[in-house]
Amino acid sequence: MEPLNALVSVTNFMLIPAFAYGSQLALGALGITLIYSILRFAHFAHGDTMALGTAAVIGGTFFLQTLGVSIHPLPTALLALPFGMLVLIGYLLITDRLVYRYYRRVKAKPMIFVMASLGVMFVTNGITRLFMGVSETRFEDGERFLFSVRDFREFTGLAEGMALRSSQAITIVTALIVMVVLFWFLNRTRSGKSMRAYSDNEDLALLSGINPERVVIITWAITGMLLVTAGTLYGLDKGFRPFNYFQLLLPMFAAAILGGLGSPVGAIVGAYIVAFAEMGVTYAWRRVFTYLMPEGLEPTSMMQLLPVDYKFAVTFAILVVVLLFRPTGIFKGKVL
Amino acid sequence: MKKLLLASTALAFSAGAAFADEIKMGVLLGFTGPIESVTPFMADSAELAWKEISDSGLFLGGSTITPVRADSTCVDSSAAQAAAERMISSDGVVAIMGADCSGVTMAVLQNVAMSAGVPMISPSATSPAFTTTESNGLFYRTSPSDARQGEVMASVLMERGIDNVAVSYVNVDYGAGFADAFVSSFEALGGTVTARVPHEDGRGDYSAEVGTLAAAGGDALVILGYTDGGGSVLRTAYELGAFDQFAMGDGMFGDELVASVGEALEGTIGTIPWAAGDGTEAFSALAQAAGINSESSFTRESYDAAALLALAAQAAGEATPEGIAANILNVANAPGEEILPGDLARGLQILADGGEINYIGATNVELVGPGEAAGFYREYVVEGGEFVTVQFH
Repeated sequence: MEPLNALVSVTNFMLIPAFAYGSQLALGALGITLIYSILRFAHFAHGDTMALGTAAVIGGTFFLQTLGVSIHPLPTALLALPFGMLVLIGYLLITDRLVYRYYRRVKAKPMIFVMASLGVMFVTNGITRLFMGVSETRFEDGERFLFSVRDFREFTGLAEGMALRSSQAITIVTALIVMVVLFWFLNRTRSGKSMRAYSDNEDLALLSGINPERVVIITWAITGMLLVTAGTLYGLDKGFRPFNYFQLLLPMFAAAILGGLGSPVGAIVGAYIVAFAEMGVTYAWRRVFTYLMPEGLEPTSMMQLLPVDYKFAVTFAILVVVLLFRPTGIFKGKVL
Repeated sequence: MKKLLLASTALAFSAGAAFADEIKMGVLLGFTGPIESVTPFMADSAELAWKEISDSGLFLGGSTITPVRADSTCVDSSAAQAAAERMISSDGVVAIMGADCSGVTMAVLQNVAMSAGVPMISPSATSPAFTTTESNGLFYRTSPSDARQGEVMASVLMERGIDNVAVSYVNVDYGAGFADAFVSSFEALGGTVTARVPHEDGRGDYSAEVGTLAAAGGDALVILGYTDGGGSVLRTAYELGAFDQFAMGDGMFGDELVASVGEALEGTIGTIPWAAGDGTEAFSALAQAAGINSESSFTRESYDAAALLALAAQAAGEATPEGIAANILNVANAPGEEILPGDLARGLQILADGGEINYIGATNVELVGPGEAAGFYREYVVEGGEFVTVQFH
């Protein structure tokens, strides 16, 4: 029973939250990687665009709630996802038209694109706050738990408990579905193939008759959908607050770079590594080891590598190490 | 034209000094910034006390008090200092009712009030740091230090047989000071603190913090934070099954917590500064008659702070900064005739006749240590989504 208790404890406090968080990061990192490989710049407005899309979903959710529409036990926000996607894709295409298209025409250097996206980030940030304010908005409804700690203890008779929140389960399942669909799209459809061709070699793609503006529009559309999904899942799980979305920028970039910029598989693997590293390094392992070690050898310290405050430092460290020793990332992506 | 202006200003000043019938006192509160929603009521309450005193006709031979308002912003120390500077040098206030938030209050005290020698009574600065700061007898407060609440909370838990706890505090001056006070009192009473984990307010996810607290274990989790982050910590800890029993400080008190945390809150123990008794009721009636929301935060403390400044001037027989500073403790504490809100005229008369008063006011004022409220706390427990009073400390 003792090893089982250890497993349950670590699953409850670390594995489940890290897996959900990793799935949210993965969807965001996929967007970064797509924009980087096709539009060829680091999209700094990613986090705040995600917040704006989520804000649209929240608006849709509240509207549906006032109409009394619900898909209990699932959260209403899932129903509002398409609306949020439409709004965000519209927004992304407008910014592309107003800002990025000009720099594409004059063939500006990537750094100029990055600075332009920084400007877009501030504007987007302001728009979101204008509508949502800066404080927390909770929009989760429906059933909160698949099973709670108390249910689990009663059912198994173990000393340790484990909970699985619906939002976490939905996050993991949705992320998996989205990833599968995305890979199918990139590998099997004509548009997906033209995107990959454009990413591999712009000139060759142009010669073979691929319309670059169409590729750009498709890229923004996919990014928009990924962002709204990721943002909504994050918001369902942890509550919506614009500043938290801005803070997601660092782990999302770390994930994309760690996996290899331009590699979709890399973005997903990178995201899970970042999430598990953040949680694992700052997790206090004492309880787990107390179960595993023979009697008399229980640890007296907290068995914690870094205090919880240093969660972001872990991400930073990963980023620095990757850029120093393997700038192409795990899956041999492009160099930033 | 310029000369005319100068001359008239000089005349105005000399006139004020010669007849001494209009005394200026400052109200330095954060009319803009994070606590802008409560400061108007605080200022109204303070001015209510001064109006009562002016209207009585007994204050220093019929003098009146004119309030001078300025904005402390609650967070911007340089703005608060500039406002205090202006109050003292151009408006000529003899004392300041304020400031509000601990940070700006400390800045104004050390950089402006102490060099100018002007006394301040803050209605709402609760940082333990003021207890140990040397103010040359210029700083007083009608709100208790958070250190005092730490002691109260430690004894409440021990009385309930909870002697092994984990502590999570919000990582700002308030939380850190409160946690220090609680941990030292709790350990002095024989309790064990298994872990002290800070949390940042306004994060989305606290599962890492809760994981650490769970690894440390304990009979209860003591959360010294704000409704927002502290509430999320509490809910996360309950949902992950890390703790079943919680205790919380005053920053967490509020109906919105019941709404956001729900059943996890059931059975939670808490403490909060409270006011009850004749003085409190007298103030409520007075405020209601004047159309002021008396239930808003720190209104009672503001009324008391303002009343103390005026009564101290009366006791000194002159409205000077030195005279007021020297007499605040005399009028606030025993011995003497007890004075309640609405009863200030009687206090002025007694002081004018050379007697002594013990100002009770709206918050049972009792200034201890270097001149801060001893504090009166309500111990409550959450039952069925309601905050149910257990007893007062």
